[in-house]
Amino acid sequence: MTSPCLPLTENQLRFDLRVVAAWIAPNTRVLDLGCGDGKLLRHLQNSKNVYGLGIEHDEEEVVSAISQGLSVIYGDMNTELAGFPDKAFDYVVVSQTLQQAYQPTELLREMLRVGRLGIVSFPNFCFWRIRLQMAISGHVPVTTELPYQWYDTPNIRVLSLEDFRKYSRSVPFAIRRALAVNPAPGGGVSKVNFWPNLLASYGIFMIADR
Amino acid sequence: MLLDSGVDIGPVTLGYETYGQLNAQGSNAVLICHALTGDAHVAGYHEGDVKPGWWEHYVGPGKSIDTNKYFVICSNIIGSCMGSCGPASINEQTGQYWGLDFPIVTIADMVRAQRALILHLGINRLLAVVGGSLGGMQALQWVASFPDMMGGVLALATTSRHSPQAIAFNEVARQSIMSDPHWQNGNYYDGKRPDLGLAVARMIGHITYLSDESMHIKFGRELRHGGGFAFNFDTEFQVESYLHHQGHKFVERFDANAFLYVTKAADYFDLDLSRSDSPARQALAATTARFLLISFTSDWLYPTYQSRQLVNVLKELGRDVSFCELTAAWGHDAFLLPHEGLEASIQGFLGGLE
Repeated sequence: MTSPCLPLTENQLRFDLRVVAAWIAPNTRVLDLGCGDGKLLRHLQNSKNVYGLGIEHDEEEVVSAISQGLSVIYGDMNTELAGFPDKAFDYVVVSQTLQQAYQPTELLREMLRVGRLGIVSFPNFCFWRIRLQMAISGHVPVTTELPYQWYDTPNIRVLSLEDFRKYSRSVPFAIRRALAVNPAPGGGVSKVNFWPNLLASYGIFMIADR
Repeated sequence: MLLDSGVDIGPVTLGYETYGQLNAQGSNAVLICHALTGDAHVAGYHEGDVKPGWWEHYVGPGKSIDTNKYFVICSNIIGSCMGSCGPASINEQTGQYWGLDFPIVTIADMVRAQRALILHLGINRLLAVVGGSLGGMQALQWVASFPDMMGGVLALATTSRHSPQAIAFNEVARQSIMSDPHWQNGNYYDGKRPDLGLAVARMIGHITYLSDESMHIKFGRELRHGGGFAFNFDTEFQVESYLHHQGHKFVERFDANAFLYVTKAADYFDLDLSRSDSPARQALAATTARFLLISFTSDWLYPTYQSRQLVNVLKELGRDVSFCELTAAWGHDAFLLPHEGLEASIQGFLGGLE
């Protein structure tokens, strides 16, 4: 067998995706929005017998995912959700792409229409290092988490962990689980329990209909 | 075999080729469906051949459709003239060429005949049905007709409903044949053939297989003999020369009546998926087959939106569907030409079905 679909260990996943993967129950249906080359889907398929489908707008990434035997639809996550029936998936995942959505509210509503649960991860714009950089340098921050200049950033929506909680009341949606983290050496995460809106660089939330 | 038209024909002859070995479980069979005027010779060389089969780049040992792993079958469609029965074959009851007495066939009829072949080969379930263009329509018809007979459906550069634009081009091509004085209502087999009409029909077809961009790349405004204009109506532009060449080459291998039949089958093709009570839609709702649909950016004969329409139906039905629009300059022909993304996608999709 020359199948390129070799098992992918959890250690090969990006830090936030390890948390996402851990939150997903076995034998479920998962829709991954902005799935890239499908690492999360491949891991879930191999280790949890998950049926996974990805949406990805980059042709090369789509080809890479399909060539691993994964199911992926080439398209824009802002518009592609519309065609799915209600609650077609157990989970709809948006990892580090919410901040790139044109209409995040529309996106979240569609996520929760199509999925029973949504899982969202995003960089915390009010992480202390960002606050400090902005206060001292007088420039819009450019950090490891948000490595772009203002003129080339895909991140058109910057938000903090607290902003997301506030936002959950206005949309509204329920937050079922929340984790504030920093990437840890070795590719994992370290949890931040104290003052997460200041001390955590990323947030991962599981959301549901309210 | 009872056809969609209500006509019963028999015996039905199918020309086919196989590659590789069927495994003990009979689980590695891949059916490849050819396009409009293709044939069963999908890959490799027959003795004395100068050119390989029509999908040589993708089919063979170690290739995307690996004949070391898969048992590959390709059969000529009925109504055609490359080994299967059609207007250019002999009607056993009369001893004469069928001509226009051959019944009109549909894509579903072609697939029915293929199914009989598959069962004859001892295969109950195909690993996958694969095809591009009219071959893609057959692949889609396969799952609509026999939804539990395959693990996967791979349809390239195709549509679930032949568009009025595509019908229009086919009709011009048919008119070209039928207005050739040698056509004689299809009874030309004992005399001169409607070569001119068929050649022009092919030229029209070839325009739809290319793209504005590919014509710029391949021909530009190049003149055959360089220099300036000749100020006459001889073949001057490279693109004219190409079309003439394609037309003349085609009449040596294809029958004019068969061209009428296969284009008509394409025009009739409509899975009618928008209606909730459409049989094809119900079949798609019942299948466990995985789907991979691929379109090409410059294909204006079966543009991407037509693949997307099918993707949307499969999404609504909760089917396992993958889709990609691949960037290619070569128009509709792109699915026949080397493309790294296509190679990887086909290989990965088939690998994922095992």
